[in-house]
This record gives sequence, C-alpha cells and structure tokens, in this order.
Amino acid sequence: MGLSTSSVITLHVNGEKHTLPVDHRTTLLDALRERLDLTGTKKGCDQGQCGACTVLVDGRRTVACLQFAVAAEGREITTIEGMATGGRLHPVQQAFLDLDGYQCGYCTPGQICSAIGMLAEHAAGWPSAASEDVRPAAGPAPLTPEEIRERMSGNLCRCSAYPSIVEAVARAADADDASSAADTSAQSGEAAA
Amino acid sequence: MTTTAQKTAVRAVGTAHVRVEGRDKVTGAARYAGDVPFTGLGYGWLVLSTVARGRIRDIASAPVLEMPGVLAVLDHRGAPRLNTDYAGLMGIRPDPTCAVFQNDTVPHLGWPVALVVAETPEQAREAAEALVVDYEVLPHDIEFHGDHPDSYPADGHMPGVTDKGDLEAELAASAAVVDEEYTTPEEHHHPMEPHAATARWEDGRLEVVDSNQGATWVVGELANLFSLDPASVRVRSEHVGGGFGSKGVRAHQVAAVMAATILDRPVRVALTRPQMFALAGHRSPTVQRVRLGADADGRLRALDHRSVSRTGTIYEFVESSAGVARTMYDADAHHTENRVVRLDVPSPTFMRAPGEAPGSFALETALDELAEKCGIDPIELRLRNEPDKGPVSGLPFAGRNLRACFEEGAGRFGWGRRDPRPRVRRDGRWLLGTGTAAASFQAGAAPSTAAITAEADGRFTVRISAADIGTGARTALTLVAADALDAAPDQVTVRIGDSDFGPAMIAGGSMGTRSWSLAITAAATTLREHLVPGTVIPAEGITVRSDTTAQIAALTNMERHSYGAQFAEVAVDPATGEVRVRRMLGVFAAGRIVNPLTARGQFTGGMIWGISMALHEEAVRDPAFGGPVGADLANYHVATHADVPRVEADWVDDTDPDDPVGIKGIGEVGIVGAAAAVANAVWHATGVRQRHLPIRPDRVLTAAGDDA
Repeated sequence: MGLSTSSVITLHVNGEKHTLPVDHRTTLLDALRERLDLTGTKKGCDQGQCGACTVLVDGRRTVACLQFAVAAEGREITTIEGMATGGRLHPVQQAFLDLDGYQCGYCTPGQICSAIGMLAEHAAGWPSAASEDVRPAAGPAPLTPEEIRERMSGNLCRCSAYPSIVEAVARAADADDASSAADTSAQSGEAAA
Repeated sequence: MTTTAQKTAVRAVGTAHVRVEGRDKVTGAARYAGDVPFTGLGYGWLVLSTVARGRIRDIASAPVLEMPGVLAVLDHRGAPRLNTDYAGLMGIRPDPTCAVFQNDTVPHLGWPVALVVAETPEQAREAAEALVVDYEVLPHDIEFHGDHPDSYPADGHMPGVTDKGDLEAELAASAAVVDEEYTTPEEHHHPMEPHAATARWEDGRLEVVDSNQGATWVVGELANLFSLDPASVRVRSEHVGGGFGSKGVRAHQVAAVMAATILDRPVRVALTRPQMFALAGHRSPTVQRVRLGADADGRLRALDHRSVSRTGTIYEFVESSAGVARTMYDADAHHTENRVVRLDVPSPTFMRAPGEAPGSFALETALDELAEKCGIDPIELRLRNEPDKGPVSGLPFAGRNLRACFEEGAGRFGWGRRDPRPRVRRDGRWLLGTGTAAASFQAGAAPSTAAITAEADGRFTVRISAADIGTGARTALTLVAADALDAAPDQVTVRIGDSDFGPAMIAGGSMGTRSWSLAITAAATTLREHLVPGTVIPAEGITVRSDTTAQIAALTNMERHSYGAQFAEVAVDPATGEVRVRRMLGVFAAGRIVNPLTARGQFTGGMIWGISMALHEEAVRDPAFGGPVGADLANYHVATHADVPRVEADWVDDTDPDDPVGIKGIGEVGIVGAAAAVANAVWHATGVRQRHLPIRPDRVLTAAGDDA
C-alpha cells in the first residue's frame, strides 16, 4: 500500500455539505477558495498573521489558512457568504455598510466574521487584556471601544479603517443587545480635550 | 426607447453616500483578482533568489518537471524576450524588476529566478520550493549611510536640487538655528490583498485579470514589454484590495503572461506575503539634514533640507523628501537637495505621499525645534512663515487655506490651553504631551477619457478606466456624474477597472478622482447638449466620449495643493519607553469633498499611517545576507486596532474657482505631517527629541538616558 496523499472528505459549509477529494496539504482556506468557489474568504498572508481569512468553525473564529481542510471535516464552517439570512444582512454586515467600516474591502469578510465571533465570546463572558475585572463572576465586561479594539486586533486593515470598524462593531453590538453598556463615544464626534 | 425630459436639479456631491459596491464587499460577493474562476487554471509560483548578488550558474528544472502536476519551469534560458527600451506612463522608463527571466544576473535578494507552474497551488508550491538553483555568489553592499561616498543628486519626479540666496550668510545672521539629522526607515506598502494576476489568450487577445492602480497603465506596459498591439491586450481589475503605490506592473503579471503564452492556458501568479518584501516595491530609508535659521521673531532667514535615499542598482527611484519645503516655507536663503545611492537592494517605488511623508517628518520636527528655541508657539511660527507665492516656483497659490486648518483644528483640539513646557503633565505612570504639524500634498490632474451612455430606459452608464483601490472612487464618480448629468445617483451606473474603456489616469498621486471627474464632467456636458427635451433615445442608447488632454494642458499653472493641520496627544511610559497615541485630529483644506462618508476614511486612514510610521513600521535589512529580517506581518509591524485611538478628521471650505471640478485629492495629505505631530508630542511629553523613526521603546529609553 502506497502512502495516500489525498482523501475524500465532506465539509459542512454554510449549512451545505460538500464532498470532495482534497490533497492533504490543502488548507481550509484553499479548499474554500479554489475548490468550493467561496472566494469571500480572503488570503492576506497565508500564515496566520493578518486575519483576512477568518471564518467561524463550530461558532469560533479561526484563521482558515492555518487549518488543513481534512481537519475541518465534520465541523460546522460559516464563511462570510453564510452570514446574511435570505436577502437580509447580518447586523454586523449592515453596520459595516452604513458606517463605511472598510475601504478596499479585502480584510472586510475577515473583520466581519471576527466581529461576529468576538461578540459571541464577549457574550459568553470571555475577558480580554483590556478587561478591568476578569473574574468569571464579574460577567461580560462593558464592550467599550478599548475592549473592541483589543479583541479585534488580530484583524489587520492596512487602509486603516479602524475607527469606523470599531463604530460599526459597537453599533451592531448595541443593536444585538439594547441594554448593552457599549460605550459609543467613538461615534460622538467630540474633539476637545 | 424613451423621450428625455427636463429633470429637477439634484446635488449629490457633498452629501454622504454608502459605497455603491458596499453590499458586495460586506457579503464576500466582490471578486478581487485572485477570486475570479477560470477553467483549466494553472497555478504559478515564483522562485526568488536566495543570494543578494550573483549569477545563476544552473537551475535544476529536470527533476522538478517530473514532480506531480508540474506543467512548466520558466527561467532565463527559455522565457520569451522582453523589450524594456521604452518610456511608459508620464515618461517613466520601466523598472527592470518587472522584466523577469531575461539574463543570469541576480541584482538583489528576492530577485525572481524562475516560475513553476502546476495544476494545483499545493503542487506548484512544493515544486517551487524543491527547485535547486546554483549561484555564483558575488559580494554585495546594502549598507546605507547618509554620508555614503557614492550618493549623487538625482531628479526623480522633481528636480533634484533647488537653490537661492546665501545659505551660510543667512544662517550666520540668524538669532536661532536648528541643525539636526533625521532618519526614517525602509517601509513597505503591504496592501491587504497580495498582488495577483491571471493571464490567458482568448481569440488572439491577451486578457489579464489583475489587481492594479490603473488598467490602461498595465496594458501599456505589457504591450511594450511583449511588443504587442495595445488593442490586443485587455486588463481588468474590478475590485482592488489596496495599493498605496505598489500596484503597477510587476514581476507576477509578466510571469503570468509568459506562462499563459507558453502553456496556452490561463495561469495565475500571486505574490506571497513574504515575496512582497522583495517584489512589491517599498519606501527607501532616508537620512535627512535640516538647517533652519530664523530671526528672534521666528521669521525664516535660512532653510536647508537635504535628503539621501537608497535605490537599487538596476533602477533609479528617488524618495524626494527634500521637495516638501519647496512649496511649504520660504526663506531668504532656500536650499533643497535630493540625493540617492545605488545599493544591492530591490527597487523602491512610490509609497503613499512619496517624499512628503518622510520629508514632512524631518521638516515639521525641525520647525517644532525652532519654535522651542524662539519661544514661539509652533502654530504661530508656521503662520508667521506663510508664503504669499511658491517659494521656489514664484507661482501664485490656487487657494492656500493652511491658516484656516490650524485655526479650526487648534480650537477643536484645545490647543489654546496647552502649556508649552515639556515634561510637566502626568497621568499615573504616563507622561503626556501634545504636538502639531502642517501637511500639504500636490493637487494634480492628468489626461483621461470617459464615455457616457444615455440608455433607452432613462438611466446613464459611465465607462472610465478608473481604479477604486479603496478610495471610494467608484462612488465618488457616481456622485460627480449624477450632478453633471442632472440625474439622481441611483440612475447612474459607473463601470471602472477595464482597459477597454480607454486611457485614463491611474489611482495615484492623489490625482485619480480629480482627473476622472474632469473627464466625466466633460462627457456629461456634451451628452446634455445632445439630450435636448424631446430627444428620442434609440435602443442602443446615445454615447458620447470625452478626452481631457487639451483641457488639462490649458489649466493655469499654479501652486495647487491640499493642506492640513495635524494634532496628536501621546502618553509615554518613561519606565518602558512605550508610546501610546491617545487621540489625533486632522483638519484639512482639500478642495471640494465629494463624499464626506468615504473622504473621512481617506483622511483618517492617512493619519493612522502616520501613527504606524511614527511608532511601528521598520524593515530591518541584514547586511550579511542582504534581505529583510522577519519578512512577514508578524515582524513588520503595522498599526492594528489596539494601536489606534480616537482619530478624527474634518475639513474647512476650500474652493478653487480656476478648476472646473474643484477637487484636489485626499488620498495622501492625511499621512503628511502625522508622524511629526506624534514625534513633537513625544518631545512635549518627555522633553527629549525623537529624530529617528520609528520611535521604538529602546529609543525612548536611550534618549531619556542621554538626557539625564
């Protein structure tokens, strides 16, 4: 028996099953882009440093370039193409659109997937390096601009649309949870010290 | 068919509009160059030299050709010959870096020596990594110094040297003198989308799907390089994931065309992120000396700005950092000089605000030092030195609203409450300081063509070979066209990024939107003359074309620039040397603002580039092996979310009655002066000047030690 260098796998992507043979070296990113024509997930560095290829795997944000396709078999993968419901944008997508939370748009799918995953992490009470109180009993930290910036720092935007990305994430979080204590001072436009 | 009727006047320009392609960008539907599917696609992978200088003795392609899926190994022994003896866009000769596989010479580390093409990306990558290249290694020199004996004055995109008055005499007569050296490091563009191109021949025509800043520019270069009729080449680049000056014609497009030609199938070549350090161009490091001499009241008697930058051995690109003083400040004696030294490094190129970004860091820091010496507020010093005509050209200004920027900005930032003394503010462990700087960037325009069709259904279609590299150009042009056609924006479809639409200016030099708007406005004016009430529009529509060549040539020669006032507040931890920007404000005078929603992002994006330049970005080249250390985004630091606090931009009215569209361009002025504002704030916080970028913690600590 020779060494097999490929396998037939089934990927669950955006609620659909895709059965395909893949080279064992194929990353989840390349499987999505080159095999399934799901090119919304972008290749920015192919080495886990920029966040452009962020997708959700079983609900958690993952850089698809650092995961082999064969390792993603049987897991629920959600890409940017799966975020809108019918013709209706996800609130994070809508906020990015309305507040111009992008420029060239290339990092945008990764930023949006990352934000959606991040908001779920936050709601689950995960602290960040910016959290004042990290005790589980403290509950979710207020989603201040500082919290959003810290939690989104794995997603580079060379156009540097960061101010409007943070505004968009804050707005989507507010829409998601009207009682959220999200500090939207980034939107206030005040300038004086 | 329909009959035209008079429409009510609408004004779209100046009101906020979400991007017309925004929905595609937030849903992943927007396809960038590497996203467009092709049947039978071959994947190309470039092999780059591992030596900094030498000759290729042998390339062991035979065993690689035996590897699974490998279709071809292209190198200098069999690649198509290229013509490089031509002058392209704006008279610029091609950078030989794009003329790959023509000989056995290796002029720098990361030079493309071969292209491997295979059926899958995995096969191509493994085969490329397996390719053994044997080099005759020659000694290299990449060590860059300001006093390098081989540096020489060089013109680049502006004259190398300007000189008036007696510099030494004016310096001797000055009450206050600043004489300092400033340095900036090698910096890289790194748009989030790596360069990618797919080439194929289709019915005798070369088609390239590419990521670039100008489709007809790329057509011109490829046609010249491959000796083709430009009409037989089509380049499309519908969505472009950032450019910043790096996306012209480069090795990957040329390699893709070669492979598609030889294999007679579509071939895609994408640069990897590490390859971009060698092949995408970069901003040269600079060593700058600024000498300022002033009367006790701050009036400049002497201004001397000299900059040395670095270029490759095969192509002369000049980072014209000394040019910024030619339009910003006058003095009785005024001398500026750009020098360059050729070393064994990749060719640098235009990078956001070429010359102005590093030049303004040196000049605007020096002015802050002069203000300190004269005991004058830094804004007041600049306003006292406002020239009434071009300091070097003698030409009048087409609006120079720098004063309004400073007045508006100072009020909003709270500058009036600032205590000028350094190192007197604390917030816990942090020392706090504020700084300011001026900004300017040239407002140019270049000939472009556009076509507008009045469709039978009453809509309009604009076709122009513009590029939207994230600037919002597609949306801005929709608003400009709507107003020029007296139509609502949703009645206008603007199609861009296709060389078949005819020659047009590139997205570069902050000239794109102005140049394209002139062409669209001209076409719209002609079309409206055709569409008198009662005109019957046939099924194919009525199409008119414009060409602004004559109009551009007839523009009055003036000093036409965007201006800005930059403000920064920083916190410095004297124990760790960490610098955090707490807030930034930029107020700009940049002509007519077409779309406030997207314009704000252009300004703040530039300002954040300034934060990144001030604190993070630095490519360190190892003299021993000749390449950058840690050529990836984990080691080349660009600002990310947590580095960017509240950054705000706004603008003042800035009209230009001599210009038909009144647009000045906003893509670059935002970075100019931004790093100086941060550095000046660090001085205000700590009392120690930072003259070398980036302001790393070790530099803050070392400087503090020197000062103690």
